[in-house]
Amino acid sequence: MNGEMRHHAEALEQELKQGEISLGTTIIAASFEGGVVLGADSRTSNGNYVANRVTDKLTQLTDRVFVCRSGSAADTQNLSMYVQHFLHQHSMELDTFVSVKTAARLATQLTYQNKNMLQAGLIVAGWDQEEGGSVYAVPLGGTLVKVPFSLGGSGSAYIYGWCDKNWRPSMTADDCRRFVHTAVSHAMARDGSSGGCIRTVTITKDGCKRTFTPGSEVPLHHGELQGAARTMQVSA
Amino acid sequence: MLARPPSHSPALGPGCAGPPLAEASSVSIQYPAQPTAQVPTCGAASFLVDHNAVNAPGRDPSQHTQMPYVTGSSVLALTFKDGVMLASDTLGSYGSTKRYKSFERIRKVNDRTVLGASGELSDFQYIMNLLDELTTDDFCEDDGGMLSPREIWSYLCRVLYNRRNKQDPLWNSLVIGGIEHGKPFLGTVGMIGTHYTDDHIATGFGNMLARPLFREKHSPDMSEADAEALIHEALKVCYYRDKQSINKFQLAKITEAGVSVSEPFALPTRWDYKHFENPSANAVGTW
Repeated sequence: MNGEMRHHAEALEQELKQGEISLGTTIIAASFEGGVVLGADSRTSNGNYVANRVTDKLTQLTDRVFVCRSGSAADTQNLSMYVQHFLHQHSMELDTFVSVKTAARLATQLTYQNKNMLQAGLIVAGWDQEEGGSVYAVPLGGTLVKVPFSLGGSGSAYIYGWCDKNWRPSMTADDCRRFVHTAVSHAMARDGSSGGCIRTVTITKDGCKRTFTPGSEVPLHHGELQGAARTMQVSA
Repeated sequence: MLARPPSHSPALGPGCAGPPLAEASSVSIQYPAQPTAQVPTCGAASFLVDHNAVNAPGRDPSQHTQMPYVTGSSVLALTFKDGVMLASDTLGSYGSTKRYKSFERIRKVNDRTVLGASGELSDFQYIMNLLDELTTDDFCEDDGGMLSPREIWSYLCRVLYNRRNKQDPLWNSLVIGGIEHGKPFLGTVGMIGTHYTDDHIATGFGNMLARPLFREKHSPDMSEADAEALIHEALKVCYYRDKQSINKFQLAKITEAGVSVSEPFALPTRWDYKHFENPSANAVGTW
């Protein structure tokens, strides 16, 4: 990978070392009455090369808490594993679902105390008995802030305006899912570091439901064309 | 939970956090200081640079100072007849992006002190943690004792200065406001340990924009209403002229009666001057 070819928009999100894989990305989480919806694109890039075009950036931490990962793929994967490990031990002592706040604070402790060595922008979201649906943003540096909805990754820059306009409190689960889905599609339309498929997870007291939208079915935006429905048959 | 030293860099050993909060780092357990000519037999953990961590592959030994990511802008403060007032906006910026618009940068420490911070907000959250531990210790003693604002200012000065000496600063400018024995206290500590007290204080852009206004109009026996009007004027100027600010503020008041931190509010702004509407009307060729 040529160290010279750095996308300017990624400069603030990541300063990668030679050969390091990045989640140039769009991630989003939004809360609604009774839960949260998380969404992400599926592109992992290594410079200009797309290392994985079907990545799953929505990682499960506990029964009712997920995390959206952006930044260095290695850092966020290993961070998630540490958090999963400790929360698993914690949940065995607890009589009920692990609270989202606990999961978020644990992630914050790890990112804050290793801030010089990590490039990880996380959004921790889920459902618990006390607070219902909550979204916690854990950006670079290890700040922890509870928000009604949060955007992250290089693609988020392009959709702040759209999200500010279209988000409203007390949406239904379906409205929220549509909001997340459309937001990610707009970011993918303009950010080179985001693309592929759209994955979402809806978390309520009843469980976690995943959706997967293949790249050929992602909503089209200005200047884009619908791909052919199926590949041409090769004649025998 | 893994025991972790409160310093950002393992090469520098545990951070300075006062005797009850100091924890043995895994570094000092794994590599206990061997008595030699260069290494003392005691107190080594706090001062020993761990050469193993410094020379670890891939680590750049000279790069300990961080860069700030999520930051807060100015904090303004002034004393008045009955106490102290602090104000700031509620913005957490991420570079130029106005990312978090409901971030409380002024927080109550105990019933007579309030802390306002600008700079890296994760470090502010860490400092609030340290102070919450001290306040909880006081509460548990249950002897009526409570840390005074001056003691908290002193403590924070030591914490920040010691971190600066380790080339691993807490990237903040702090304002400590409170009341002790009926007299208002207002102090500030910078990220390199610079500290002083004054009748009015501001951090960041506020130093340039707000303090001249304070110098002109402030007096130590101002009424609360006058002080509030003056601080509103200063907040307005900071909003007009500081790129990293929003029209959403919080005001904290500390008097003998106690501490109150207001709900977020916005200030009226004037944009409708005729000359603003058409700047080139009276100056041909102007842009």
